[in-house]
Amino acid sequence: MNAIEVAGLVKRFGGKTVVDNVSMTVAGGEIVGFLGPNGSGKTTTIRMMCGLLTPDAGQGRVLGYDLLREARKIKREVGYMTQRFSFYEDLTIEENLAFVARLYELAPAKAHVERALEELGMTSRRRQMAGTLSGGWKQRMALAACIMHKPRLLLLDEPTAGVDPQARREFWDEIHRLAADGLTVLVSTHYMDEAERCHRISYISYGKLIASGTVVEVVRDAKLATYVVSGADLAAIAASLKAAPGVEQVAPFGATLHVVGSDRAALERSLEPVAARDGVRVQEGETSLEDVFIQFMSRAEDNMR
Amino acid sequence: MSGLFSFTRLGALLVKEFIQMRRDRITFAMMLAVPLMQLVLFGYAINNDPKALPAAVVATSQDRYTRAVISALEITGYYRFDHVVRTVEEGERLMASGAVVFLVTIPSDFARRVDRDDDPTILIEADATDPAAASGAISTLGTVAASALARESGTVNARPSDIEIVVHRRYNPEGISQYNIVPGLLGVILQMTMVMMTSIALTRESERGTMENLLAMPASPIEIMLGKVLPYLIVGAVQVAVVLTAARLLFGIPFIGSVGLLLSAVLIFVFALVLLGYTISTIARTQMQALQLTFFFFLPSILLSGFMFPFRGMPDWAQWIGEVFPLTHFLRVIRAVMLKGAEFSAVAFETGILAAFVLIYSAVALTRFRRTLD
Repeated sequence: MNAIEVAGLVKRFGGKTVVDNVSMTVAGGEIVGFLGPNGSGKTTTIRMMCGLLTPDAGQGRVLGYDLLREARKIKREVGYMTQRFSFYEDLTIEENLAFVARLYELAPAKAHVERALEELGMTSRRRQMAGTLSGGWKQRMALAACIMHKPRLLLLDEPTAGVDPQARREFWDEIHRLAADGLTVLVSTHYMDEAERCHRISYISYGKLIASGTVVEVVRDAKLATYVVSGADLAAIAASLKAAPGVEQVAPFGATLHVVGSDRAALERSLEPVAARDGVRVQEGETSLEDVFIQFMSRAEDNMR
Repeated sequence: MSGLFSFTRLGALLVKEFIQMRRDRITFAMMLAVPLMQLVLFGYAINNDPKALPAAVVATSQDRYTRAVISALEITGYYRFDHVVRTVEEGERLMASGAVVFLVTIPSDFARRVDRDDDPTILIEADATDPAAASGAISTLGTVAASALARESGTVNARPSDIEIVVHRRYNPEGISQYNIVPGLLGVILQMTMVMMTSIALTRESERGTMENLLAMPASPIEIMLGKVLPYLIVGAVQVAVVLTAARLLFGIPFIGSVGLLLSAVLIFVFALVLLGYTISTIARTQMQALQLTFFFFLPSILLSGFMFPFRGMPDWAQWIGEVFPLTHFLRVIRAVMLKGAEFSAVAFETGILAAFVLIYSAVALTRFRRTLD
C-alpha cells in the first residue's frame, strides 16, 4: 500500500496560489526527499498531508485515510517534525517527551519516555530545559518525540537546518534505520547530499511539482550536458563563457569550471575556442543533482517573468 | 540633512506605523472606541446619590396616612416601590436576595395613632451592605414623612412633628464600607488574574510556534481548552483562601452564611472567568492584543458591576450592561451569602446565571477555536 497518494492539491493564501496542483505518491518504507527553493510550497504541502491545513482543491489518501475527512486518524499515525523547534522550551526534555507520550495515550507513559531517552542517548540530559539545548540536540529531541508513538509515516520539514555535519550524518543514519523497519519518510531539504541519501526525490518550484524519481532518473531526465574545464586563467574563461550561446551555467568548482547547458551541440561549439587555448583542458563531465536544481530554478524564474 | 534627525526618516516611520495600525483592526478599533465608550458609560452611569432604589412596603392596612407616606417617599425619587408584601418574612427574603434595598413597614395601628396623636412609628430597614446606596434615601426620610402627614392630617389637627421614624441599617449597622468592598474585592481580584492569565493561553502557543506541534498531535479542541483553563482553577482556589482569610483577620468582615455555598459559587465564578479568558485568546492574534482585550473588559466590569458604585443607583440601561458581567452576579451572591447569610434558594438564580456564563463562554471558545493553521 502507498503511504501517500495525493492528487491535484491546491492551496491559496489570499489569492496567491502557494501549492498548485501537486500530486505525489510515496510507497511504504520509502524515503522521499522533497526539494525546492525557499517559499516553493514544501511546508504548505507537508502541512496539508498531516491535516494542519485544509486543501482548497485536490484529494488523496494518507496511510489509507481520506485526506479531507479523516484528518484525526491521520494525525494519530503520522509523526510531523516542524521546521521551527516547536516543543516547549520552558520544559525539560523529559517533561516534553512525557507530554507527547500522554497526548498519544502511550501507556505506561513513563516506560515510553525512558525508552525514547535511552534510544537517543539523552538519558543524562533528561532534566535539561529544551530551550537551552543546541540545534543538534533540539533536533534529536524533536525526532525522538515524533517517533515515540511509532508512526507509520514521518513528515520532516527541513529537519537539519542549522545542524552541524556530524549531527546531520547521525540523523540520516537514524532515518535509514527507521525506514528499514518499515517507516515511510517524506523529508524536505535544501541540501544536495541529503537529497542523494533519499530513495526518490520530488522537486517543487513556485507551487508546482516539476520533477520526481530517483536521483539518477532526475539527472538523466533533465538532459543536461556538462563539461569540466581545467587549466589556467579560469576566471577570464568563465567571464567569456557566461554570455556564450548554449551555456546556461558556469560554476567554479575548486580548480575546475563546470559548464552546463541543455543544448549539447551549441554548448560544444561554444567550448571549441576554449579547448583550443594553451594549457586548457575540456572534458565531458557528469551532471550533478545540484546542476539540475540550479537549472530548474533558473527556468522557473524565466517562467515567472 | 543626514544628521541626527531627518523629516524623511520620521515620515517613513510614521507612514509605516499608520499602515501597521490600519492592518491591526482590533487595536485600532479599541483605540477609538474605548475612550468614547468609557466616557459615555461612566459619565452617566456612576452616581453616588442613587435614586429610584427598589423598595418593598409591608402594608398591613390601606388607610390614607399609609398611602400618603408611601407616595411622599416615592415623590422624593429615592424610592421605587416595586413590591407590596403582606408579611415581614416575605420582605426579609426580598432584601436578602438583593431584590430590594429598602423595606418600609407601616404598622397596622399607624392611622389610629396619627389620629390620636400617639407617637406614630414607621420602620424603615435599609440594606446597608453598600452604605452609599442607602444614605441619601435615609437622610430625607424624616422631613418627607412628616410633611406628608402634616398635609394629610391638617384637618384633624395633629402634630406631625411627633412622628417617629425608626431606621434599621441591616447587615451593616455601622455603615462600614469595607463590608461592602472586601467581599467584592475577592471577585475583582479573581477576575483580574484569572482572565489575564488565560487570555494569553493560545496566543502564547502561536507566538512561540508550539501551536503547530500541538495541532499536529491528537488533541481535541475541548481537551486543549480544558487543559488550558483547569490549572487556573487551582490558582483561583488559593486566591480565594487568601482573600477570605484576610477579610476575616484584617477587616473583621462578618461571615454569616454557609461556607460550602460560598465556595461552590466561587468555583462556578472562577470557571466562568477562565473560560472568558480562553475565549479572548481564541479571538486575539497576539499576546499584546489579548491583554488589550482583557483590559477593555476590566474597567466597565469593575465600574458597572456594583463593585465601586451602587448597582441599583445606575440608570436602567447601565444596569442592563452591568448584567452581562459575571462579576455583577458574583457580587450579589457573595454579599448575600457572606453578609446576609442567604440560603441557596435566595441566590439560586444568580448562581444559575454564573453557570450560564460557563456554558456560553465554552460554546464561543469552541466555535472560535481553529483546528488547523488555515
